[in-house]
Amino acid sequence: MPQKPARKFSLYAMTWRLPIIVWQLVFFVGPVLFMIAMSFFLVKNYRMTEAFEFVNWSKMMSRGYFWDSYWYTCLIAAVSTVCAMLLAFPAAFALAFRASDSTRRWAIFLLIIPFFTSYLVRTFSWFVILSESGVVNAMLGYIGLGPFTMLNTNFGTLVGYMTLTLPLVVILQTITMANIDKTLVETARNLGCKPLATIWQVILPLSKTGFIVAAIFCFILSFGDFVAPFYLGGSQEPTLPILILDTTKSGQQWPRAAVVAIIMMGTLFTIAFAGIALAYRKRKGAK
Amino acid sequence: MNSSRALNYVLAAYVVLIFAFVFAPIIFSLIFSFNSQRFPTIPLGEFSTEWYEKILADPDVWEAALNSLIVSSSTAVIATFLGFCTAYSDFRYNFRLKGPYLGLILLPPTIPLIIMALAMLAWFSKIGMSGQIYSIIIAHSVLTAPFAMAVIRLRLNQMDPDLEAAAWNLGGSEWKTMRHVIIPFCKPAIASGLFLTAAVSFDEFAVSWFVSGLNKTLPVIIMEIVQGNIDPQVNAIGTFVFLISMTLVVLAQVFFASRQLKSIRP
Repeated sequence: MPQKPARKFSLYAMTWRLPIIVWQLVFFVGPVLFMIAMSFFLVKNYRMTEAFEFVNWSKMMSRGYFWDSYWYTCLIAAVSTVCAMLLAFPAAFALAFRASDSTRRWAIFLLIIPFFTSYLVRTFSWFVILSESGVVNAMLGYIGLGPFTMLNTNFGTLVGYMTLTLPLVVILQTITMANIDKTLVETARNLGCKPLATIWQVILPLSKTGFIVAAIFCFILSFGDFVAPFYLGGSQEPTLPILILDTTKSGQQWPRAAVVAIIMMGTLFTIAFAGIALAYRKRKGAK
Repeated sequence: MNSSRALNYVLAAYVVLIFAFVFAPIIFSLIFSFNSQRFPTIPLGEFSTEWYEKILADPDVWEAALNSLIVSSSTAVIATFLGFCTAYSDFRYNFRLKGPYLGLILLPPTIPLIIMALAMLAWFSKIGMSGQIYSIIIAHSVLTAPFAMAVIRLRLNQMDPDLEAAAWNLGGSEWKTMRHVIIPFCKPAIASGLFLTAAVSFDEFAVSWFVSGLNKTLPVIIMEIVQGNIDPQVNAIGTFVFLISMTLVVLAQVFFASRQLKSIRP
């Protein structure tokens, strides 16, 4: 008789199931719930006291600078997402449809590397490259252009966001398009569909889910990143992550930082769920 | 088909351009680290190892390197263990609340690091565990376990579920089957998970910065130097950091790819 796993309590099953539950409850759910509770705490004489007051919420929500920062962060993260999706597309298209299998594997292999290497150092490197007397301006100088101010501008912030998101977006788009049934694309072409129309009417609808996932990741990463807007954007217009950083590190106002963090999480979850709903919605006219 | 060929060249050039953009900061950091100029630009200054000598003579950097080593290796072991347990549970069992169960491990990386940093800082202060080296290790294992879980789960996908049943049929207990069939089968993925989680932990700065207290890791030191001013020491430290994390990621990928080639011995 095979020792089929019993339905009743099994020590063996629990040995593998429980560790992550305990660990994540104590060190993931705990912190997140505590942060939510903390948003109702009070700060008196620079000390946090446990309470249940809405002071932090009403203070933050009534400040103009908070809402300026909120909409600015949403806007720049959205711009970053659009840029990354557009910049990545031709490259992903080439890798998915024009490159050999081995080239594509190598390309993805290479693109995974920067995603897991120090974003901080890469950002600092851009700081030096883009500075007033940096490499880019020196090169532009040879052809009689510039110097351009690229640091402490939205452009600088976007360069940072692209450094963070572009490798991932190219990978996701490439994998998505490489998995499309090639015969569908060829059929469309054989039936006289023009190249751009093929992209628009065949390839994009078939890769909708993967593209939306890529866009959601891109938005989350840009929305939550404080390094690019801080070092390359000069934080003149602080994004929400910078607001959290300032409130926590200098102001000792942890409860108010928690309010910002919760609003950020709410926004991200809304966008992620909306995106996923959109991704899995049946196409109009699909039978 | 001439226009199609021309288009291919344009697309190929574009791919090269994207790769250039992605790798430019890494390559320039390497070049600048050997450059004598304090504000590096083109044309480059003279070759110099000044910045390397500086960081090698700095005890703070050595201490941070040691901390980073401790943090990333401990994180790798804990996160890979957690990832393995979860991947196996998901592979083998169906149970109620499996969705929330998987959400528990997969959710952390989707939450911005700055938020996790704040939540961890507040929680560790509350339960009296803040400012220690193990605080960083714990926080990092929460953040990196899903990467290990994903790698190991993909490996388990390639295992014939009947293999386990066959081992039971032959009289092996569940524990023995785990030890002699499943763990050997997952070995490359476990190695891959160890390297990948170590790489993520090694480069993480936001959470480390918030919860570390006085126990700084390399990324935290970099962060502090960068806040001051342009200091080419960062390029030298950065080159080290790049080399180490690239090695880890490449090793992770090599092990991950090797899984197709190796088959389990009966």
